[in-house]
Amino acid sequence: MTLAELKRGQNAIITDVSSKKIPLKLLEMGCLPGNSVELVQVAPFSDPMYLNINGTHLAIRKETAIHILIETNDA
Amino acid sequence: MPKQINVALIGNPNTGKTSVFNALTGLNQKVGNYPGITVEKKEGVCKLPRGVKAHIIDLPGTYSLNASSLDESVVIELLLNKNDKDYPDVAVVITDVENLKRNLLIYTQIKDLEIPTILVINMSDRMAYKGISLDIEKLEAQLDTKIALISTRKKQGVDNLKDLISNYQNLSIEPCLSTQDIDIDYFKGLKKAFPNQSLYKLWLVITQDVNFGKISRNTIKDTSSFKTKKDSDLKRLQQKETIKRYQFINNVLKEGQTIDLKTAKDLRIKLDRILTHKVWGYLIFGIILLTIFQAIYDWSSVPMDFIDNAFASLSDWTKNTLPAGAFTNLLAEGIISGLGGIVIFIPQIAFLFLFIAVLEESGYMSRVVFLMDRIMRRFGLSGKSVVPLISGTACAIPAIMATRNIESWKERLITILVTPFTTCSARLPVYLIIISLVIPEGRFFGLSYQALTLMLLYLIGFGAAVGSAWILNKILKIKSRKFFVVEMPNYKLPLFKNVALTVLEKTKSFIFGAGKIILAISIVLWFLASYGPGTEFNNAEEIVTEQYASNNLSQIELEQKIASHKLEHSFIGIAGHAIEPAIRPLGYDWKIGIAIVSSFAAREVFVGTLATIYSVGSDQEATIKNRMAAEVNPILGGPLFNLASGISLLLFYAFAMQCMSTLAIVKRETNSWKWPILQLTIMTAIAYIVAFIAYQFLK
Repeated sequence: MTLAELKRGQNAIITDVSSKKIPLKLLEMGCLPGNSVELVQVAPFSDPMYLNINGTHLAIRKETAIHILIETNDA
Repeated sequence: MPKQINVALIGNPNTGKTSVFNALTGLNQKVGNYPGITVEKKEGVCKLPRGVKAHIIDLPGTYSLNASSLDESVVIELLLNKNDKDYPDVAVVITDVENLKRNLLIYTQIKDLEIPTILVINMSDRMAYKGISLDIEKLEAQLDTKIALISTRKKQGVDNLKDLISNYQNLSIEPCLSTQDIDIDYFKGLKKAFPNQSLYKLWLVITQDVNFGKISRNTIKDTSSFKTKKDSDLKRLQQKETIKRYQFINNVLKEGQTIDLKTAKDLRIKLDRILTHKVWGYLIFGIILLTIFQAIYDWSSVPMDFIDNAFASLSDWTKNTLPAGAFTNLLAEGIISGLGGIVIFIPQIAFLFLFIAVLEESGYMSRVVFLMDRIMRRFGLSGKSVVPLISGTACAIPAIMATRNIESWKERLITILVTPFTTCSARLPVYLIIISLVIPEGRFFGLSYQALTLMLLYLIGFGAAVGSAWILNKILKIKSRKFFVVEMPNYKLPLFKNVALTVLEKTKSFIFGAGKIILAISIVLWFLASYGPGTEFNNAEEIVTEQYASNNLSQIELEQKIASHKLEHSFIGIAGHAIEPAIRPLGYDWKIGIAIVSSFAAREVFVGTLATIYSVGSDQEATIKNRMAAEVNPILGGPLFNLASGISLLLFYAFAMQCMSTLAIVKRETNSWKWPILQLTIMTAIAYIVAFIAYQFLK
């Protein structure tokens, strides 16, 4: 599944990041395969998404989140 | 002679880099621009032990050496150019103890540049609160550097940092990890092709458009031993490199850092639950906005009245004390009142930046960006456009400067283009006097018509900004990288020193930046209003005295008639007459025409110009108001300022781009005359059309 489908309060592990679509800046802020991600809060219409990636708190738009693949811990 | 060394402060945003800079330099700092671009350059001087003087540059905050904005490219361009006079003898990388993992990424990159590097771990006062403990010796060994653990809030560790800087020659200049094994063959080939260059520097030049020394990206071509790569392959390698760096950092921190989650407390979660809430979040933001408006319009009126009166008396004093003549008039009416026109904005600008600095320092501003992004995006703007649009209600100039952190060029350009529609404080005096003239007193559900009109004008301004953004978003065909990443930093109590320095510095840059233009235009206007061609102007005294010889006017009344006659035949009066045919359909006469022309210097000049035209000695609004109310329309008869012409004038001021200084800033920020000229043309056209329709409809 993609990061855009994560529910509020849910945790997951990033499995793949499309390097073509994702800016390097986001990778450098810790959005890399293997790192943990938690959806802290969403704005109305679940966009943008307020995430905790590997201890870094940041917000990205849904259009970016669909290019990040994740695996939830309970799956 | 004591030696001076260059020190560069480098680090992620929100690590307290500026606090460290302020702690090192205090008031010995200045803010300028990097040549040719508008990125702020902060530098200062710090005295170190043993008589060494350090020249300290606070480089723009950046997450890595791979630049994604103009601010960030400044960092890499300086670090790649050994011949730059600011090239650092020592780099100080600032990190936040709570975000060490991410903050260390740029540290590993700086180490690869083979510059002596000190690591500062800031905000050490938060360690106990967060349950963090560090093994400094182990970290120093693994990271191959010296570490200064400091707290700018508690003023701890700064002397230790100064000591480390002065001993910079003892620092290692070796990289702390090797990233070349992400593609061994590629880097071997690169080394063979450019044997004398640092591999990491070459890699940076290859992966981004930065030139250093004699090597530019174009000179790196295929040789027998080296093959260039496609951009997509390079990007994949950059991802590999980043992963590799994080692996190294994770290993270092596993040994050097322990976090006891049981003792860690988290204020963030509690605050964010309310501040980013779907309902409370917007409500709180609304209340904060109202407080800011209140401060800008209400609280700042006291110092503004004081400044206004002080400059008026200074002008009078000059006129009465110095010998009469052209120079005294220039000083009293041109320069002093021109200076007054700049200084009067200081309270509003200071208040605005006080609020913005507090909101930014505390970490709240990122939450606003988060809350507003979706709404603003519908109009082609970004969540980050909110700050400029709010600032625009004080003054468009700092507002346009505040667009720099918007990553997407298209969103940034649209924000720059529409910000001048928001009702800036300079429109306020014009609105107030015209509303009091043409809008009847009376109440509607307890709210006065006049207050409602004023509120409506604010809404019109904001609506025009958002509406034109929506249209521009549809029209402008600009392909720009569209992404949006905003860090949500920890909440912090703002440091008084940082806030005070920001307010001081922004106010200073307004006075010396925009102020210069306003002063120059005031002088030109004074000249145009004080001189004129032909006998009508030069013999005004005789002509007027003769004309009113039988009317038994008092000395003061006669002088006012003379001044008024002079103005009508001055250069600016002639200009007013010249544009009268164009503005008559809007309901204005040549006198209002003059006021509009001179408003181009700054909108609030409108009131002052009318005061001079209507030959009212003082600037008191009541007297101008009475005089304006008595003014008769030369063609139609009846009062000149009636509902139709008044509304027309209000709408004209709401939409027109009548601000030289804003145009100058837009030129600087977009680096082209195309956008300011377009802005001027379109905004004036809209203003004219709307005012025309309003007048023709209401008259």
